Amino acid sequence: MNALRRNVLKGAAGAGTVAVAVAAGLLKPTQALADVPRSAFEAKNVGDALKNMGANAPVDSKDITIKAPDIAENGAVVPVEVTSGIAGTSAIAILAEKNATPLVADFSLMGGAEGYISTRIKMGQTSLVRAVVTAGGKSYTAAKEVKVTIGGCGG
Amino acid sequence: MAEPMRIRATMAGDVADVKVLMNHPMETGLRKDAKTGQLVPAHYITDVTATVNGAKVLDAGLSGGISKNPYLGFRVKGPKKGDKVVVSWADNKGDKNSAEAIIG
Repeated sequence: MNALRRNVLKGAAGAGTVAVAVAAGLLKPTQALADVPRSAFEAKNVGDALKNMGANAPVDSKDITIKAPDIAENGAVVPVEVTSGIAGTSAIAILAEKNATPLVADFSLMGGAEGYISTRIKMGQTSLVRAVVTAGGKSYTAAKEVKVTIGGCGG
Repeated sequence: MAEPMRIRATMAGDVADVKVLMNHPMETGLRKDAKTGQLVPAHYITDVTATVNGAKVLDAGLSGGISKNPYLGFRVKGPKKGDKVVVSWADNKGDKNSAEAIIG
């Protein structure tokens, strides 16, 4: 009788954990062509940003190419080009790891859009620029260091 | 606030190369005004969508980490010359803008 009671409690606790994980964005109810929640953009570090994006433990990939300058004289305008050679690329996110809020932008691609995005970002200081690619429900990543001589986030 | 946005779309083989230049201050909310020392309120584009002949090809979420007057380049496989590209954005203050171009 006591054992049964234990099990019931355990079961309840288990269900609770799942609900919490869903609420925290660890588990997504639908891994649809993910529109990234705004909370990911407010995350103050890379780990939280990835977690809120639903991209847990992305795998390093050589099929992602990041084109960005080695040295950016002006951190307010850093050209970044991301090309993904991974088949079925459905989203590309760009993060500047040491920015106050690392997640810079997320691009969901569909309807024939290729795994390519070119844009210009702000960088507060020298750091890694990271690309996170979603393809077939999995996350892949690559990074490139950009040295910044004048930061572009404080003005 | 709705200043013009420029789009150029050209075919390269069977891929349309689209380049977009938006007009926007992209204030992060972290920058201080040099004269007053007050923080400049955040004002940046949060959403950008693009369609080709009415079918969505790109749905982007942006932050203040994108440079002022955002530039965006993307490629779409399949369209033909003469097809219509429409790009729209919305910012955190509810401003919106949209522009279209014909793929050449």
